Amino acid sequence: MGILKIDDVTKTYGDYMAVNHVSFDMPEGSIFGMLGPNGAGKTSLIRIITTITRADSGAVYFNGEKLNSTHPSQTGYMPEERGLYKKMKVGDHLMYLAQLKGLSKKDAKSKIDYWFEKFGIEDWWPKKVEELSKGMQQKIQFISTVVHEPKLLILDEPFSGLDPINTNLIKDEIYELNRKGTSIIFSTHRMEQVEEICEHIVLINKGKNVLQGTVADVKNQFKDNLFKIEYTGILPENVLNMAKVIEKTDKSIIIKVDAETDSNQLLQRLLQQEVFIHSFNEILPSLNEIFIKKVESIGMTSEE
Amino acid sequence: MNKLWLIIKREYLTRVKKRSFILATILTPFAFVLFFIVVGFIFSYEGDDKLKVALVDEHGILDRKPANEDNLFFVIKDDGYDQLVSGMDSSEFDVVIKVPEVKILSAKTFEIEYHAKKQLGLDIEMNLESKISSKIRDYKMREMKLEKSQLDNLKSSVSLTRGGVEGESKFTTAIGAGIGGVMGFIMYMTIFIYGMMVMRSVMEEKTSRIVEVMISSVKPFQLMLGKIIGVGGVGLTQILIWSILIPIGYLLVGLFFDFDLEQMNSAAAAGSNVDVAGMEDEIMIFMNEVRNMNWWSILPLFLFYFLGGYFLYSSMFAAVGSAMGDDLGEGQALTIPITIPVILALYIMMVVVTAPQSNLAIWSSIFPLFSPIVMPARLAFSPPIWQILVSMAVLAATSIFFVWVSARIYRVGILMYGKKVGFKEIGKWLFHKE
Repeated sequence: MGILKIDDVTKTYGDYMAVNHVSFDMPEGSIFGMLGPNGAGKTSLIRIITTITRADSGAVYFNGEKLNSTHPSQTGYMPEERGLYKKMKVGDHLMYLAQLKGLSKKDAKSKIDYWFEKFGIEDWWPKKVEELSKGMQQKIQFISTVVHEPKLLILDEPFSGLDPINTNLIKDEIYELNRKGTSIIFSTHRMEQVEEICEHIVLINKGKNVLQGTVADVKNQFKDNLFKIEYTGILPENVLNMAKVIEKTDKSIIIKVDAETDSNQLLQRLLQQEVFIHSFNEILPSLNEIFIKKVESIGMTSEE
Repeated sequence: MNKLWLIIKREYLTRVKKRSFILATILTPFAFVLFFIVVGFIFSYEGDDKLKVALVDEHGILDRKPANEDNLFFVIKDDGYDQLVSGMDSSEFDVVIKVPEVKILSAKTFEIEYHAKKQLGLDIEMNLESKISSKIRDYKMREMKLEKSQLDNLKSSVSLTRGGVEGESKFTTAIGAGIGGVMGFIMYMTIFIYGMMVMRSVMEEKTSRIVEVMISSVKPFQLMLGKIIGVGGVGLTQILIWSILIPIGYLLVGLFFDFDLEQMNSAAAAGSNVDVAGMEDEIMIFMNEVRNMNWWSILPLFLFYFLGGYFLYSSMFAAVGSAMGDDLGEGQALTIPITIPVILALYIMMVVVTAPQSNLAIWSSIFPLFSPIVMPARLAFSPPIWQILVSMAVLAATSIFFVWVSARIYRVGILMYGKKVGFKEIGKWLFHKE
């Protein structure tokens, strides 16, 4: 049973259909990438999951239960546009947000202390939020999102505006939380991060989910059966007959084979020749390529 | 419920702990008292130098010289006006006045020239005018063979008191108007100050984008209500502290400076020439009258109207704040429909205190947009119970309705960015699904 099940959800604003019959399942304990260009409807969908707004039709199930008012305390949401009360003290602010998520005063205090220690920022408690730099505020924002140990963590562009060091810091925390069993929705349009972090993805464009599955499955689905072979020696023509040459240099070749052709078969043939193989790789498309391909094809069909 | 309480607590405490709040709350009463002291001094100021005034009475108009005052000494001369005027610079006199001849007794206006070493102040001129005119009056009386007692007998003073009502005196109406005016004005001020505070705070939450974090934990309605209640608590705290500090400050000033502020203030209001003994009597009656007001019903009702008016207006301010973008100037137009009724109510209130049982008073104290300001102004006149009850019921129902309407606008507005919003748009939000 998945932590989250989106079942045929729609949401319209005026004439604009922000979420158009979206369905997907999110496995428990996964890091789930929600991809899509700007304005695709990711934030609208997240707002439905976090009960900020309600779906016009369809249903959302959290841990098998229909979404209700007990669930916000089990989710942590870090919106893309972040903000804190500027005049509040950092510690008081975190206490406030933690208590609003249902923690008792005592629990809130000990958990905030844990995170302060972890980030080495014990002396920040009495500082005012406005005295902190943007990156520092981002850390506080992250703590406020995870302090109540949510089952489901929703991060909307969590690394935007962060320097590489802090990006890695937050990334490590995300992995650690995931190891401890937290399911994480990671919403972004930065594909390289998704490829690095996520196991599952759903691609949303113009309010619809156009693609979903594990990263490996999706890549396989979109592969062009390209192989790159690095070699020394002379590659005989008859080998190349069974495949189309895409690119050829003295030392390497990229070939496209028929979908049915077994890579083992190809390799076997190569090995029979007087050629020395250094490497044999299947070239899988990057998520970025898939993303652009998919988004552009939809853009074209919808313009017709 | 627990979350609402957390929000209320934060909204209240962050404001009450602010240095600006503490300063404003403590200093305002002192500023108030200081203001009275300064005004008192200004009104009791009578010019610095003593003036010696020569009254040249060539026609025997004066029977005796006018009584000297702190800054005015009078000397009567029978003749020699021209010498006095020409030798003025070296003479002891500061002012030389020629008392006019009264040729016919029916003459009513006299234009008198005076010479003085330096320009006389307006108050001294008026003082001299009244002195001379009363001397001329005395002269006319003597000529007409009228006795002062006869003239006094002509005077009658009439004061109207409504019959059949206990404990009412000629002061009741004036005091009622005074108290009513003050209460109405306090309501007006608080609605504006704290309504605006709610609006600004909603805008800040929206522009700083904290609001999206907040409403992933609490309902927009809880956030709005918590804010309104928290800020309202700040308002009540401030009023409470002031209502304690102002009388204390008043008393302290009285003790330290050893003068009677009440007397000074009334003296200032009535002009400088007052019958002090009479004043004290009036003050006693006045104080009694204020004490006799039915405070046990006025104060709770005042609190009710404060809360009703505050909830009604601040919820509207919250809705408008949620619709505004980062640009305060652009959104200002949206506040106009809120500010106009408040200002209208203030003007109506000013008329109502002078005619507390008029139709205007009755209807405007029932109409919920006006009643929070108008009804408190009428309370000192003990309006009929049914009117109070109807007005309270209408206000309570309308406040709840407005909070509901505003919450519907608010929940959409706070998540709406980068869009210029007009009334039409806000109207649509009302009917948005959640």
